[in-house]
Amino acid sequence: MTIRRVRIFSLFERFWHWTQMFLILVLMFSGFGLHGFHHLLDFKQAVTLHTLAAFLLLLLWAFSIFWLFTTRNWRHFIPTVKGMWQVLRFYSFGIFQGEHHPYRKAYWRKHNPLQALAYLMLKIVLFPLIWISGLAYLFYFLWRDIPHATQVLDGVALVHTGAAFTIVVFVMIHVYMLTTGHSFKEHVMPMISGFDDVDLSPEEEAYLLKDEPGVIR
Amino acid sequence: MRPFSGHVLAFLLGTLVLTTAQATDQWPTPPASKPPDQVSGPLTGGTGDHSKYEALKQPFSSGPEVTKACLSCHTETGKHFMKNIHWTWEYRNPETGQLLGKKHLVNNFCTNARGNEGMCAQCHAGYGWKDESFDFSDETNIDCLVCHETTGTYYKTPNSEGSPACSVMFEDMAPIDYNLVAQSVGLPQRANCGTCHFHGGGGDNVKHGDLSSALTNPPRDLDVHMDAKGLNFACTACHITKSHIWAGSRYHVIAKDEKGTGKPGERRDVATCESCHGNEPHPVDSLAPFKLNDHISSVACQTCHIPEYARGGVATETDWDWRTAGKTRNGEGYHEHGYTQGNGEERYTYKSIKGTFTYGENLVPLYRWFDGQMNYTTIDTKFDVTKPVAINDFTGSREDPRSRIWPFKRMTTWMPADMGNGTLVYNHLWGQDEDSYWGNYDMGKSIAHGMKAFNLPYSGEYGFVKTYSYWPITHMVAPKEQALDCADCHSKNGRLQGVEGVYMPGRDNNRWLDLIGIIAVAGTFLVILGHALVRIFSPKGAKH
Ligand code: HEM
Repeated sequence: MTIRRVRIFSLFERFWHWTQMFLILVLMFSGFGLHGFHHLLDFKQAVTLHTLAAFLLLLLWAFSIFWLFTTRNWRHFIPTVKGMWQVLRFYSFGIFQGEHHPYRKAYWRKHNPLQALAYLMLKIVLFPLIWISGLAYLFYFLWRDIPHATQVLDGVALVHTGAAFTIVVFVMIHVYMLTTGHSFKEHVMPMISGFDDVDLSPEEEAYLLKDEPGVIR
Repeated sequence: MRPFSGHVLAFLLGTLVLTTAQATDQWPTPPASKPPDQVSGPLTGGTGDHSKYEALKQPFSSGPEVTKACLSCHTETGKHFMKNIHWTWEYRNPETGQLLGKKHLVNNFCTNARGNEGMCAQCHAGYGWKDESFDFSDETNIDCLVCHETTGTYYKTPNSEGSPACSVMFEDMAPIDYNLVAQSVGLPQRANCGTCHFHGGGGDNVKHGDLSSALTNPPRDLDVHMDAKGLNFACTACHITKSHIWAGSRYHVIAKDEKGTGKPGERRDVATCESCHGNEPHPVDSLAPFKLNDHISSVACQTCHIPEYARGGVATETDWDWRTAGKTRNGEGYHEHGYTQGNGEERYTYKSIKGTFTYGENLVPLYRWFDGQMNYTTIDTKFDVTKPVAINDFTGSREDPRSRIWPFKRMTTWMPADMGNGTLVYNHLWGQDEDSYWGNYDMGKSIAHGMKAFNLPYSGEYGFVKTYSYWPITHMVAPKEQALDCADCHSKNGRLQGVEGVYMPGRDNNRWLDLIGIIAVAGTFLVILGHALVRIFSPKGAKH
């Protein structure tokens, strides 16, 4: 096994990540603005911005889902317990002892097991919660005449705001995690340049060198 | 190139029009002319000139004579007219069965017209109703002129003399030139309807708050539709008329019109905003109007588009206290000024005949779900005299498909009631006799008289109850730039603070969720901070 610098994030993935980050920040800012936590935007501006950003994000997600499944990249997010314990132990103890992060990126496993699980939950629980409740919220006037519509609306607002708080927590932890292990910069760079250290098997290395020379340095 | 030259041309033409307009403005004496006719809906224009008709050139000495002349050509109009509420003063609500109309109701302004027709029926579209003997089947008793004459010189006086203390008000008025007024007739102008409707409750804008003399010639700011220099709508542009029956009734409000404009060419006999503007009135050029069009199903147009009522310099009464009525100086009634309204006019704040008044202008309405159904406390309704009584209460809720959020003026009045029986009373206000309140100031006597005259049970014990009445606000539609903004309602302590039954983002939040959310975010922050500190200070972990 050799550690090589390999392009693990394609251009689309990087575009996706940073656009998603930007849109989620806009949604957080405008969402909590219209919720009444700040008054930097008036309600009309906040709703307009929020809805616009939401549509863009949905569009981005539609592309990303297509991309994940057509490129087989979805496999990075299959949950696994292999190595989970070591990672948990590292963040709780090892990190304070100057240990190195136990996880080595593999070509078909670019996230550590904790990361993979966290991102998976984000993708299949939190994001669907927020967009389904968000769309229901947006189109309230289409279903306002069903029985118990007001209670349903209460629930929609509850789920949406609850998911929003959870996303804030996620973002905080996510950003903090970047400061662990290597330096912050080293963590962020792969999402910019696309390249990171990956533990390659000889076969993978040989394959990449021969067939995908642009992906390996 | 083309559009550019077009703009230049438009600019040059614009300047030209502007300069000629300025030139005419500066004429020493502008040419005298009648103001342009108001827009009265489909009938605008007409087909005849009443100053040319022989029937209107004969000498007239009274209103009924003019009416006869009118009916000689308009042969069916008398029959039509007699069915409408301006004539009958009576309305049977098809849903509640309540017998309503000015003939029967007690309101919390001047209280009851019943028994006081000698005075109050000045605003009956007829001649001579002073008591129960009035003949509702005589067509010549119809007053055509009050609605149709356009000179502004026609007027009405009380049908009976009343106490000498009051009748002095109506002396020394210039005689009416009946031929002049008869030949001037046209479709009703705002001033015609306003003669009565701007003065409901006993004075200018006293009752409704959104109907005042300021609407006779309103600027655009006050009412976009009636704007004298703009659309110049007469009342009948919206209150469209068929055979002398008008659309639009406060006794039977359409709180939510889901039909909109109807099919092309279809005429809808309703006075709703939607009947002209449709059900998607906001042109969708961005995201906000799309949301606004959604709001149509919950919010009446009036709620956002009439941000305040009693605008335009004429105040409305908000509180009336009958308890102070009846004070005299040297045995005579008097009145006091005490309020100067926006247009500079003085308003009475006390009158011996009525009590004490409080005024307001540019008022923010009360907002409530409203299904269009008013329930009246009528003369035979029993109530608890120790609690405030709603003279007209209304229902409506988020769950009710007919309801929307509407603006209201709420009137508060302490008014006389039968404390023994727990009912309202008919007060005998107007009369030449010793019992009439206006002139004699003895409420015990006047109530006893008023009740007896209609064989109503009266315990003999009168007192005062606190009452409310609710007036849906629907006139004085402001220009769109002045409509409410989203944040006026979608905020803490916003305009819709008192409206129940719906979650509104910006106004409402789940306190528990917010608490848990804030704790979670703050907790995460603390954990991160702790983790980071341990990392920094643990000797071996410094780097990582
Ligand atoms: C595709 C995704 C989303 C959609 C379709 C969406 C849609 C909406 C809608 C329609 C509203 C109600 C605004 C209104 O009054 O009209 C809303 C409120 C809100 N949104 Fe979103 N949103 C989305 C994503 C997000 C995200 C990612 C966040 C934050 C991380 C967020 C935070 C909030 C908050 C805090 C509120 C206020 C809730 C309340 O006060 O009840 N939203 N959203």
